[in-house]
Amino acid sequence: MNQETTMARQMLRPMAPWPLVMLVAPVLPVATGGGGALAWTQSPVALAGLLLTLAAILLRRAAPSALAEAGLLLAGVAAAYAVPLLLLGRGLVPGAGLWVYLAGATLLLGRVLRLLADADGAARLAGPALFGLALVLLWEILTRGLGVPAILLPPPGAILAAFATHAAELWDDFGQTVLTSVVRGYLMGCGAGFAVAILADRVPFLARGLLPLGNLASAIPVVGIAPIMVMWFGFDWQSKAAVIVVMTFFPMMINTLAGLRGAERIQLDLMRSYGAGYWRTLLLLRLPCALPFLFNGLKINSTLALIGAIVAEFFGTPVVGMGFRISTEVARMNLDVVWATIAVAALTGSALYGALALAERRVTAWHPSFRKR
Amino acid sequence: MTTDPRTAGGRALFAAALPVAAMALFVLAAWYAGAVWLNAPQAADALTRAGAEWSFADLVRQTLAMKRPILPTPDQVAVDLHQSLTGYPVTHIRNLLYHTGVTAGSALTGFAMGVVLGVALAAGIVQVRTLEASLLPWVIASQTIPILAIAPMIVVILGNLGFTGLLPKAVISMYLCFFPITIGMVKGLRSADPLTLDLMRTYSAGTARTFLLLRLPASLPFLFASLKVAIAASVVGAIVGELPTGGQAGLGARLLSGSYYGQTVQIWSALVMSALLSVGLVLLVGLAERALVRGPGATR
Repeated sequence: MNQETTMARQMLRPMAPWPLVMLVAPVLPVATGGGGALAWTQSPVALAGLLLTLAAILLRRAAPSALAEAGLLLAGVAAAYAVPLLLLGRGLVPGAGLWVYLAGATLLLGRVLRLLADADGAARLAGPALFGLALVLLWEILTRGLGVPAILLPPPGAILAAFATHAAELWDDFGQTVLTSVVRGYLMGCGAGFAVAILADRVPFLARGLLPLGNLASAIPVVGIAPIMVMWFGFDWQSKAAVIVVMTFFPMMINTLAGLRGAERIQLDLMRSYGAGYWRTLLLLRLPCALPFLFNGLKINSTLALIGAIVAEFFGTPVVGMGFRISTEVARMNLDVVWATIAVAALTGSALYGALALAERRVTAWHPSFRKR
Repeated sequence: MTTDPRTAGGRALFAAALPVAAMALFVLAAWYAGAVWLNAPQAADALTRAGAEWSFADLVRQTLAMKRPILPTPDQVAVDLHQSLTGYPVTHIRNLLYHTGVTAGSALTGFAMGVVLGVALAAGIVQVRTLEASLLPWVIASQTIPILAIAPMIVVILGNLGFTGLLPKAVISMYLCFFPITIGMVKGLRSADPLTLDLMRTYSAGTARTFLLLRLPASLPFLFASLKVAIAASVVGAIVGELPTGGQAGLGARLLSGSYYGQTVQIWSALVMSALLSVGLVLLVGLAERALVRGPGATR
């Protein structure tokens, strides 16, 4: 295996020539603005960036290691991404030459990511982060450079600005939707699913009746009950929590039941030989064994709970909440606020998921799926 | 297959069906009890307004036959479904089959797009190491985002661009669909036995040929498991995508208009239809799986 990766690394050394497409760039205009087309020689910033990138490509052979090469090339890519942003900041419109330069640099980024993918340790984690950052920067450059209407897709910078100007509103929405509805509904739904699963585990008749019902529920668009819950429980958090409870109940129950069956015969026999009763076996053996399944259910439900709360808010809320904000601001064409709200939702979802994944790592470090291979 | 409890197969079936039947009966009973309980205040009002003395039996009878109940009874929903399905031609706006067809159309279009996107992403991730390291984490992260929250916006944006009708809803379904397919396919495409991979190598089969002849067939069981999850998700996507279109057509539109006008029976009928649609589609995928997946891979 080790031999294979070194072989792969050696095979990687010669670089695909595609990034050199940027050599065509200097003959094309770098930008337009004010007095017509701008040549590269008229824009020292752009010229410096291009020369820096080309220098990085030329010098890469001198790099002592793959990681050093990645760093060197990355500097070249960063220069290529900085130039359009600087020119846009001066009110210039990027021209064909700049686009060719950017395309070449993006291909170069592919090489960097490839080098990082072969590395190990923290460098491996840098790959996805760079990929995401590049996507956001490209989004910014493309939407502004090509003049994409903000109604269609605002640049990330505008969304960030909306974040700042609407911070108070967004925080209120977050409090209403996440801190009030989601947290309560999630705890109730997961708690109920867990409790019923423990009960069903004791009473097999119940389990045999509930499991098919749970499988059916996973195929049904449960979120459709949102209007009914809003009608029953009113506009405030209770109706959102009710939707979340219904959505999260079955995934949690099914996962807990599956987890409780995870303990092996031989382990159960051992507990028995210790004279441990039902509760002691449950607490000391079967629940720890079920932890990976429990976390699986909790992770699935963290996203479901957010979806449930936001969709339920489309059917009626007090005048605060993320679903309310999205639906009203879409109608008023304030797309930057909508995107800011979505960013909050995305960050919340990722944070919940990430926190659960971390907790899982902490609590179930003994599990085979986390052992070092 | 026989239901005669004396034979072994029948007994097994009986033993499996009994708890389910008991649970179904319990749900039905709870539903009726809930209807009585939830509708009671409204029904009591109506009876008092009518003036005459009323007993508890009158109250129960009234709660089960309200025009706009808080919780309609199963028989009310069944009657409404029956009326809607048989009382109008299939193309009529009041026939639920018409709305189901609209929803199924966008769900299936989105599903097809999601399958193409999901399989393409999985193939890229399996074949190109760079993509595996840098794209896969984002594919996973994309699912921690409450996608459905963006649904109304996608519909409005695409509507501004002149895309109305089926496409915006299909895009939402696609977004919900592609993830389980990508994850399942990555697992499936990697599930080819190393021995058989070596064999393909000794045949000097190229990447493309190995992919088509070995990896793809090996991935089918995984693909179908994902497809079942994905098709249910695509129905959810289509229904939520119909919410902001203002109640023109589709099951989601029926849900929304029902909630606007307090037509609870209509909401419940739409819910039952969407459940039937989704379960039916999952069953169809199961049938396709049975027809397509044979041989040793199927038992894995």
